[in-house]
Amino acid sequence: MKGLSTSHSVVAPTAWSKRFAALVVVFYAVVALVPIVWIMLTGFKSPADSISYPPKFIPTLSEVEEKPGEYSPYYQMTLEGYVNLFTSRSRQSKEYLDSLPPPETWYDELVRSRQMVITGASNFSQRYGNSLIIGFGSTFMAIFLGTLAAYGFSRFKVPLKDDLLFFILSTRMMPPIAAAIPIFLMFRATGLADTHAGMVLLYTAVNMGLAVWLLHSFIDEIPREYEEAAMIDGYTRLQAFIKVVLPQATTGIAATAMLCLVFAWNEYAFALLLTSGSAQTAPPFIPTIIGEGGLDWPAVGAGTTLFLIPVMVFTILVRKHLLRGITFGALRK
Amino acid sequence: MQDSSTIEAQAPVTQKRSRSLINKLMNMSDRSMAWLFIGPTVVILLLINIFPLLWTIYLSFTNYRANQPTRDIEWVGLRNYERLLNSEDIWGYLQVTAHFVCWTMILQTIIGFGLALLLNRNFKGSSFFSTVILIPMMLSPAVVGVFWTYLFQPQTGIMTYIINFFGNFGPVDFIGNVDLAPWGIVLVDTWMWSPYVMLICLAGLKSIPPSLYEAAEVDRASTFRKFWSITLPMVLPFLLLAVLFRFIENFKMFDLVNELTSGGPGSITELASINLKREAFEKWRTGYSSAFAIILFVTVFGAGNIFVKVLNRVKNR
Repeated sequence: MKGLSTSHSVVAPTAWSKRFAALVVVFYAVVALVPIVWIMLTGFKSPADSISYPPKFIPTLSEVEEKPGEYSPYYQMTLEGYVNLFTSRSRQSKEYLDSLPPPETWYDELVRSRQMVITGASNFSQRYGNSLIIGFGSTFMAIFLGTLAAYGFSRFKVPLKDDLLFFILSTRMMPPIAAAIPIFLMFRATGLADTHAGMVLLYTAVNMGLAVWLLHSFIDEIPREYEEAAMIDGYTRLQAFIKVVLPQATTGIAATAMLCLVFAWNEYAFALLLTSGSAQTAPPFIPTIIGEGGLDWPAVGAGTTLFLIPVMVFTILVRKHLLRGITFGALRK
Repeated sequence: MQDSSTIEAQAPVTQKRSRSLINKLMNMSDRSMAWLFIGPTVVILLLINIFPLLWTIYLSFTNYRANQPTRDIEWVGLRNYERLLNSEDIWGYLQVTAHFVCWTMILQTIIGFGLALLLNRNFKGSSFFSTVILIPMMLSPAVVGVFWTYLFQPQTGIMTYIINFFGNFGPVDFIGNVDLAPWGIVLVDTWMWSPYVMLICLAGLKSIPPSLYEAAEVDRASTFRKFWSITLPMVLPFLLLAVLFRFIENFKMFDLVNELTSGGPGSITELASINLKREAFEKWRTGYSSAFAIILFVTVFGAGNIFVKVLNRVKNR
């Protein structure tokens, strides 16, 4: 044993192989991040800069002198994309613009410099709000029901337990478009189409598979002896569940909730087919942000950025439980 | 005055009643608690899963059209299924799906497994970089599709610029070109989902006891031999799990490709799910598309069954 600890271990990788691995991995990570960084920077370009070729790579805060016919890699960062994302505008004649009182805010001024006036707010903030309401609503429901069901499956003898668990998981495997046909008809018949309640119910059902399986694996890890001890002390089973099991399962519940939230936040197929206006979430809305002559790329970039940042934060927060999450509780580190 | 006195008189009664309800709840038997806990989940499942499935099965034997709800529904027997299985178009869409599913599985296995092997060297910062690499797979596929169309713009996109950096190829069109579009969707899906395979393979690699390698070292086994006889067989169940899951997910792929190419050009990238959406929600052939949905569902369900078996085997190791 002593000899082994002084000489280098036979299974530990050598310094050179580590360096090589690090080089390749860092290269891959940088390349993989380029598309995300690129679209986020596009949110700060002007529409003209967003479609110039060769592309402009280097953002600056100062004004860039444009010489006709000469390529410069610099572009001045602007909030035009964000303004366009949150407003709807209309083009006006120069005479009309001159007749208006001077612009009151910086965004009015920005829009006027493009020969346009702001006519109102766009639908983006409402769609983003829908994403939040439906995401949090369905996550809460799925976690509430999922925790109860997971405890039931973990601790009680349930007839047909394995079949039930498989059926619950199969909700995740159904092709969304195939499921959307009858659900579309159901929602139409019950008036749930394009309502928050309908979408919350639907996402709760789809998230149930993940919630039950994941929480089942978390609760299985809590020793039964804890509850049994509490019950000997005079707690009933329900009291033991609330006062002993739930506090032990907090981490698992939080991790599961974040993964459910990410799913509901990202969902597109059901939202596209079952909502059109008042309950539409952001994913089907972002591709419809249209400027003059095709997609308004800086506005799409701005919307994408605002939509992706929460998910990136969550990814970092749940990184320790991601493996368990994507394998429905089968694998843990 | 009278009102307040009646309220005072009633208050203890309601309190007593609610307390007795809580007492009942607290003292309920294990059996009723099991029903109370699992019941709501089963009800939602029946309502949103089983009932719609049965309805789809029924609709698949009819000529129902959802945009004409007042029309009489006619029972057509197996005609929808016959038409589907004899349609050359459907086989075309399934071929497109097969091309997409096979290539993404191959590429994601190579890249994911490769990255896992490298990350398993435990260099400084490896856990940080593994988190960074995981970011793409957490993003919304539809939004990913949207911003990749920007990167793929043939005249102005950064993809064209990068490719032309290595030689003069002219505009490169991963969305509109008949030869490139099938590879465009493979490329984006691989970018997004290789990390998934990586994460599961990494767990597999970490589960191998070092004593196996120490024993192999004593036997002077070559590096290749160690990989072939220890690493690969030990990681294989994990890899299988990842690949099977990717199969299921990509077989039903809709969101990413719908935003990226929406099946075009023509129907070159029209995957089964995208065709299903066209039939069901644009042409409104509800009966016919229900039959197609059932066929797709049976396929995924079969794969899902194997998936759960592999899952349980990996879990019990």
